[in-house]
Order: sequence, then C-alpha cells, then structure tokens
Amino acid sequence: MLGLGADRLRADMNRLLALLFHQGVLDEQFLQLQQLQDETSPNFVSEVVSIYFRESEKLLRNLRALLLERESSDYKKMGIHLNQFMGSSSSIGAKRVRNVCVAFRAASEQNNRAGCLRSLELLEHEYCYLKNKLHELFHIEQQRVMASGVRYPMLD
Amino acid sequence: MVCEMGGDYFEEMDIEVLPSMWPEDLRNEVGKQFNVEKPGMDQDMLEEVTITEEPSIVDFKRLLELTSYSEKSSSQLAFLVKQWEYKQANAVRLLNEELKILNKQRKEVELQKLEILEQHRFEEDKYAGDKRSISILDEVLDIWEAIPRRKNDSILHKKKLEIDAEYDTIKYWKQRAKELDRLLEASIHREHILQEKLQEIVKNLEKQSSPVEELSQILKRADNFLHFVLQNAPVVIGHQDKELRYRFIYNHFPSLQEEDIIGRTDVEIFTGAGVKESQEFKREVMERGLPAKREITFETELFGSKTFLIHVEPVFSKSGDTIGVNYMGMDVTDQVIKREKMARLREQIAVQKAKETELNKTIHITGIAMSAICTNLDQEQRQLLDVMLSSGDLVLQLINDILDLSKVESGVMKLEATKFRPREVAKHVLQTAAASLQKELILEGHVADDVPVEVIGDVLRIRQILTNLISNAIKFTHEGKVGINLRVVPEQYFGHEEGCQSAVSAKEPMEESSSAASQNSCSPESMQCQTSEEDHDQYGIPDDGAGTSVKMAASMDEYKEKHHHPHETVVWLRCDVYDTGIGIPEKALPTLFKKYMQVSAGHARKYGGTGLGLAICKQLVELMGGHLTVTSREHCGSTFTFVLPCKVSPKGDHSDDPDDELSDMADHEAVADPNTNEANIGYFQFQPRTMGSSGGSTTRTKLLSPSIVPHIPLHKLNDLSADSCSVPLNNCISRESASLEDACSTADPAEIVSEIESSLRPDVDLNAESLTGRGMQRHVDANGLVMTRYHRPSTDSNNVQGSRDSQQCMKKCVEVTDTDEKNGEDHSPSTQKHGKSDGALGTVPSSSLELPKSTLPPKILLVEDNKINVMVTQSMMKQLGHSIRVVNNGLEAVREVQCCRYDLVLMDVCMPVMDGLQATRLIRSFEENGNWDAAAEAGIDQAVLSSDSQPNYLDSRNRLPIIAMTANALAESAAECLANGMDSFVSKPVTFQKLKQCLQQYLPSKNL
Repeated sequence: MLGLGADRLRADMNRLLALLFHQGVLDEQFLQLQQLQDETSPNFVSEVVSIYFRESEKLLRNLRALLLERESSDYKKMGIHLNQFMGSSSSIGAKRVRNVCVAFRAASEQNNRAGCLRSLELLEHEYCYLKNKLHELFHIEQQRVMASGVRYPMLD
Repeated sequence: MVCEMGGDYFEEMDIEVLPSMWPEDLRNEVGKQFNVEKPGMDQDMLEEVTITEEPSIVDFKRLLELTSYSEKSSSQLAFLVKQWEYKQANAVRLLNEELKILNKQRKEVELQKLEILEQHRFEEDKYAGDKRSISILDEVLDIWEAIPRRKNDSILHKKKLEIDAEYDTIKYWKQRAKELDRLLEASIHREHILQEKLQEIVKNLEKQSSPVEELSQILKRADNFLHFVLQNAPVVIGHQDKELRYRFIYNHFPSLQEEDIIGRTDVEIFTGAGVKESQEFKREVMERGLPAKREITFETELFGSKTFLIHVEPVFSKSGDTIGVNYMGMDVTDQVIKREKMARLREQIAVQKAKETELNKTIHITGIAMSAICTNLDQEQRQLLDVMLSSGDLVLQLINDILDLSKVESGVMKLEATKFRPREVAKHVLQTAAASLQKELILEGHVADDVPVEVIGDVLRIRQILTNLISNAIKFTHEGKVGINLRVVPEQYFGHEEGCQSAVSAKEPMEESSSAASQNSCSPESMQCQTSEEDHDQYGIPDDGAGTSVKMAASMDEYKEKHHHPHETVVWLRCDVYDTGIGIPEKALPTLFKKYMQVSAGHARKYGGTGLGLAICKQLVELMGGHLTVTSREHCGSTFTFVLPCKVSPKGDHSDDPDDELSDMADHEAVADPNTNEANIGYFQFQPRTMGSSGGSTTRTKLLSPSIVPHIPLHKLNDLSADSCSVPLNNCISRESASLEDACSTADPAEIVSEIESSLRPDVDLNAESLTGRGMQRHVDANGLVMTRYHRPSTDSNNVQGSRDSQQCMKKCVEVTDTDEKNGEDHSPSTQKHGKSDGALGTVPSSSLELPKSTLPPKILLVEDNKINVMVTQSMMKQLGHSIRVVNNGLEAVREVQCCRYDLVLMDVCMPVMDGLQATRLIRSFEENGNWDAAAEAGIDQAVLSSDSQPNYLDSRNRLPIIAMTANALAESAAECLANGMDSFVSKPVTFQKLKQCLQQYLPSKNL
C-alpha cells in the first residue's frame, strides 16, 4: 500500500509467468496479448481473458451436456464447440488447454465416447488450473498497478 | 319493571345480532363494520329517503341456492336460529322468574297466615289452655305483664291489630276474628292481582312479534341502509356463479336490462378491450381462491373508455369448493388520468433536469476548451472544440426553449403591455434575420395602411414569435422569399374563423387548404398572391386539442379583462409569415405544434432544432388571446398566420414617452433607411449580405479564430438549394438524434457551426474542393454526429445532379435527399463506411478529408465468429494503425462485400451459417461472372443483391485479396484454402508479425 512493493510484485508476476510457460500452460501468444495492452486499452489482457473465461465455461457446459446425452452424442456439434474452444485458447496462448482440445476433437471425430469423456475431464482440469493461475496473475498485477501508482512528493 | 327488562334485553340483542348479518370475513377486530340504529329512533329519517330499488337485479333462484348451499349463508342461518332460540329461552326464563316472584309472595302470605293462626293458637293455649290454678295467695303474680307483651309482638304487616274491646272478652275475640278475616281477604285479593298480572305478561309475550318477523324487519332495515348508502355510490356490486354468469348485480348506472345481464358472462354482455381481461382475472381469483384487486381499463361501446378498480372475492360452498365470485367495481378513470399526468410531469421534470446537467457538463467542457484556446491547436483539436461549442449551443437553446414553454404552460409567464410599432417590429425582425442570412433569399414585409402606427401589447413576446417563425421559414426555404404580411382584420373575424374551424372537421381543413393551394402554380410570386388573396380559405388548421382551445379562450378573457378600458379600441392584427420553402406534408400538420415534434426524422437530421419552437409560438399566441394556424403545400411553401388582439394606443402620448423598444429600433432605422418616413412605410425588402461574415455568429467566429475570415464565394441559388443537404454518415446515430431536433428554433446552431468551420479551416475546404470538384463543409450536430455537406460550385462541370434537382422542385424532398446521399457515397465511400466501424468515428473522416484520395485508409474486413479472436485481431490491427470492420460469418461477409468496396478480407474458415470457403467461392464467382447468381443460389436474398440499384465495388479487373485464417491443427489445409480461391493464409493464432507481413503483401500501395 505504500508503493514500496511494486518491484517485488513485478518480480512475482514474472516468476509466475515463467512457471506457467515452463509448465506449458501458456505460450508466446500470451505475450502478444500483453503487447496489445497499452495506455489506450490498459486492461486489454484481463478484458480478453475474462471474455475467454465466460465463453469457455459456456462451451464446457455445452460439451458436457452433449456428452451426457447417453443415446446419441452429437459429435459434429461437439466438433464445432471444440473448434471454437481451440481457436480462442490459441488466441490467448492457453497452450495446454488447446492441446487437450485437439485430443478431444480427435476422439470426437472417431466417435470415441470414452476418449471424449476422458478428454473432457482433462479439459476441465486444465481449464480450472489456467483460470486459477491467471486470476492469481491478474491479482498480482492489480496490486502492482496500484503500488506503482503511488507517488511521493520529491523533497529538494 | 318487567317491561323495562324486556327493553334492555332487546337492545343488547340488537347489537349482538347485526354483525352476523354481514359476512364474517368483513368483520375485524377493531369494530363492527355494520351497525344499525335502534328502530323507532330514526324511522322517520329513512322514510324520508327515497330508496330506488331498481338498479339491483337478483336471480332469486340462485340466491336461494346460495342461501342453502354456501358456507357463509348456512352459518348465517345457524346464527339466526341460535339467536331465536336464545330469545325464546330468555322469555321462558323471564316467565319463570315472574312465576318465582309470585310464588314467593304467595308463600310469604301463607306464612304470615300461618303465623297469625299459630299466634292465636298459642294465645289460646296460653290463656285458655294454661289453666293453672291460681291461688289466692299468688295474688302478687302479675299476669298482665306477660300477655300484653305477646300481644304487641303479634303485628301483622306492620298493622297493629287494634281491638278496642277488652281482652278476652267475647267481643274481643269477635273483633279479632273479623280483623283476621279482612287480612286474609286482602291477601287473597293481592294474589288475584298478581295472577292477573302474570296472565297479562303471558299474553303480552304471546302478542309480541314472532322472531321471523322481527328478523325480517331488521333485514329490511339493513337492506334499506345499504340502499341508502349505495344510492349515490359509483360502484357496481355483483355476484357471479362458477361459470362467471351474473346472478346478482347492483349497478348505479344501469345501462342494461335484467334479462341482458342475469345468466350471462361479461364476455357475452359486452365487448371491447378489458372485458376479456376482467373475466380472466375473475377466473384466476376463483382458481386461486384468494380475493384480489386489479385495475382494468375498459374500452367498450357500452360505456366508452373507463378504468375500473375491481375487487373480486371467491365464494365457497360448505365443502370448501368455489361456487362463484363476489365482485365490486369502482370507476377510477379520473384518478388514473391524474396519476398518469403526475407521472408524465415527473418524467418531464426528470428530462429537464437531465438536460440541465448535460448543459452543465457542456459548459464545463466548454470552459476547459476556451482556456485551451490560447494554446496552439492542431486541426483535429480545433474540430473537437467546435463540436463542443456547437453542442453547448444546442443544449443551451433546448433548455431556453424548455424553460419558455414550461413558463407558459405553468402560467408563470406574465404578459406585459407596452407600446410598440408593429411596422417596426416586423421590419426589425426581418432586418435581424437578413443580417445573419446565409442564403440568397429575399426577405420582405408588407404592412397594410390600416395597421395602427402604435399599439399596445407584449412586444417582446410578439417579436419572439415573429423571430421564431421567420427563422423557421428561412431554415426551410432554399430559394425564393420569406416575408411578413401584416394587416388589420375585423374583430368578428375571430368568431367567424372559429366557426369555420368548428364546422370543418379535423381531417378536412388540410384538403381544403391544399386544394386552395393547388389552384396556384408553385412559383414564389403566385404563392405570394395566393397568401394575400385567399387567406380566408386557408384557415381551418385544427387546434391541437379541446384543452388548448379552452385554455386559449380563458386566457383571452383574462387578457381582455386586464387590459380593457372603455375608451380604448382593440384591433385584431393578423400576421402571415410566408415562405416558398419545402413545405410541410399534410400528415405532419396535426403534430406540428406539439412538443419535440418534427416533420420527420429526416428533416430533423437535415435542419436541426429542438422541436419546441412552434409549440412555444402557439402557446405564446394563445396566451395573448390570439391563435396560430398554418397552411402549407409541400415543395411550394408554408404560411404561418397568427391573429392577435391589440389595443390601439391613444395617439397623443406616444411622442412624449418613447419606450426602449422604440429607441432601440430607431437606431436601426437610422442605419437602414434614414430617408423614409418610418411611421407609414408599407413595404420593405432585405437582400442578404455576404455570407459567412455577418450576423450573430460573428462574435464567436472572431473569438475562435483571430485570423482573417476568408470570404467564401456564393454559389448560385439553385445549386445551393439542391446541394446543401447533408449526408448522414451514420444512420443509426442520426436516427437517435432525430428526436432531439425540430423544425424550428430561434437560432440554428448547425448553421453557425458550418460557418465557424468554414471560416476556421479554409484551407481544408479549398483543398477538398480542388480535389473533388466540390466545396465541402463539415457539419457537426448535437450528438457529435459528423456530417459532410457538399456545395457544388457553379463551375462544376458535372453538375447534372444540381440542375436536375432544381427542375424537380415538385418532386419529394426525400428523393432529393436520397440522390444526394448516393452521390455522397460515390465520392467518399470510405467516409461512409468508416462511420460504421467502431471507434473510428470522428477521426477517420477528418483524415479522409485532408488526405488525397489515393491515401485513403485501406478498408479491411474481418470475418470471424470467435469473440476472442475478433478482439485480439482488432486490437492488433489498431496498433498497426488500421480500423477494421467485423462480421461474424460468411453470409454476412458476402453481403458486406456486395455493398462496399474493401481492400482486404481476412476470412476465418470454420464459421457457423456459412464457412469462409463458401463465402470466398461466392465472391470469386461474382468477380468472374459479374453477377451474384451463385450467391442467390446459396440463399442470399435478392433484395440485398439488386445490383443495378446498389453500386458494386467489385469488378473482375480488381481481385479482392482474401486471406484465410486457419488453425494449423485443423483439417482445413492451406491447399484447400487456395483451391477455394483464397490468396493466402495466416495460421492461427495471429501475431503481429504475421499480420504485418500479410498487410504489407496485400496492401502494397497503401501507407501502413
């Protein structure tokens, strides 16, 4: 709160990002996203990501609903949803989510119900992990912005 | 005593009984809701009241059923029986008590009798039986002592048995026996009397009315009271059975016979709005089993438009089933009207407040802007500043208008009576208008000789009205003239006109006036003739409601009363403000004087204004006791006429007391035409001075740009009239802004703005002119909507449009706007389209103005359904300096490409509705074949495609670059994309580098 932690917070952020990159959760596309954030759109990343979260949750719900229709799972529809999910995930650089999507889609193309269910579980897990980490990241960033906003009068 | 007891009892019973007569659920803890006075006390009062029993209609069979089946009635019956039993028991108890009393008395009497007998026996025993021998020796024994004492004790009924005979003589005993006999007789007599009384009471009891009779009397009284109360209550009470058929109805305003109502449902009885709703509501109540209230507005033939508050209550049978509803309705139409009026007022206040805050904001911004003026501004900053200032002007004007109007409406506005010269007012108004005139119009005034030199009236208001009407006329006139005709009309004129107006129904006057006008050709001169010759025919414009005419009459009376002096004469001045402008369509006439009403959204967009001017004029004229009417013919002109009563000022004192108005005017007079005799001049005419450098806006122009204002050459008159239509950039926004604007206003901020802009940026104008062969004027309206105005100079060789327009002045104005709009599109399509893209509003058009055409920003279309991708791509493009248009599927993309020119399309492949591959195939098919047949086959509707009306920007010479956006992992391979006619592909996710490369490759000539 005194503006002293700005540097520390920045370091924390970088550490967290490095971890996520190392784990393969994120890729360089996320850096592209960060580059798009400037003074004209200071919250661009968090805005995009929150829309991503909203859309993705909808997609996950739909996918689960489609899979749970025991009689005839609509694999074609699932494919469309997965394309969407894959597209947006790759756009924000959510690498692992995207990879799971690819696997999921392969399973759905083969009408492999068991594979689909496994993929869905995995997808949900990855998505949750990503969401938690990104929330953590934004939280640190928020604190950092607040801390770096603090200015002290210069004494001559 | 007995009778009294009976009375007490009756009273007590009376109060106890009555509540039970009323349904139990109406009784609450607080008190009894239904109390009737004791009969007898007020019998007379009720007798005086005539009770009409007609309105209530009862189905007696149903009532019987109800009484025998409904839960409520059975409980009531039970109560009645119980009460009757109670009463009986009480009577029996009374009789028993009476009997007991009598018995007691008899017993007492018997006891006394016994005592008496005993006493005497004792005495006999004592004196006769006690025959003890008294010895002579016992002479001393005083027997007297004992006997008299005994004798004294035996007093019967406090009466001393007086026997004067000597004790124990025969005479004594005889007397005593006699005495006792008498007592016995008296006792027997008393017993008799009591028995008689008893008999009498019994008889009385028998005589007393039977309980049924008594109860029915009470019922009758209650009924009478109910009638008495209901006699003047504007309510409807009814009972409907399970099928919602009326079984009982009480209606204070009966409009139907019994047979029309009983046994029928609402829907069967009458029709119209609300009937069904009420029936549904009753049914709902019946189903839910809970009473409920609702307000229902009826619109029926039977009783017109009325709002009823309806209370419906279910009726249950003994077993708890619903067997019908009781319903009560009350007419609350007036209250609803009042309530709605209140709501409207509140809303209006809120709007006013909002506008005031808006003004504050604008003023605040303007203040900042003004302070920034000193610093050097670049072109764009200056434009923004102009927008601010002009918005401020408009809002200020709007607020002034609202304030004026609300002042008049609330009656706060007071009229002042000052002397003034009507000629000079007319002249001065024209003069002022001419000073700020920007068009080649002739402003003229005719004042008849019989108009008094000086009259008394509220000159400020009259001037306001005239100014309003004149500026309105000027605004809507592009060529010809605008003028004032002033004349005296006879006083009865007003009455005659009123009669005329009432004789002609609201629809007819339009036809009349138009037919009158149609006899004339449309040239300005004949129009002028027509207005002066045929003005009697031109009246008949409907008042905008009975309310205002009443108000008008009232205000006129007031005015007359206030200002009337016996020696003063009142003249009726009639003033026509005519023009040769675009006219008013017939259908717009009825709403012309209403607040915030403009002829059409198109007019609002084109001419600006607040929509309050004419409403204010009308209110002001009516406040002064006159009336304002309009007659108009589309494309030929309009004439606004108001007639006002004015007192003629006594000739003597005007020279002594020249008021401010006169002296103010005199200055102008001296400047304008010093030679003429100002008092009697009958005709004056003004030609506009040079444009753009005079009038009210001069000050601001100077304020804004201290540099020399360049003189912009005047165009030919018909060019101006044909071309000064503005081209809306963004239809949505302009439609929204339309409601703000109006056909009339005292000052036209838009014009001021254009003036300022033309003076501020002469270089831009000239530049644009040289490039496109046109003078361009930027127009900024209140909502920040940027408009572009084209002025073709007369030297324009391509001036086909202009001449055609001037020939077709009979054609609808809308058409002119349309062609102009198309024209605008031709020449600056990019401006058109960029207006639609997000965030680009305001800045892009300005750059398009300044840059040569070859450097117009490239138009890029993004076809993408994924929101995230759209956001990311858009943001990247923004950073690369491009704004893009986004559509969400292939179908939309094809449509978009059909109507606009694009330099580049970024196309996603996987999309709903139509994928990118198909869309690309369709576009390529057009480029090859020159028609959209393939698209039509694919189901894109023809309306959009009508290729001869829509300019197509695609041609086979120019292949539109389409770049696929693919995800590597997906099935859509690069080869497939290329096979379907795409030029290249960008793999997803898109990055700066990829985008930049792509743009460089496909937009080589554009500056990036």
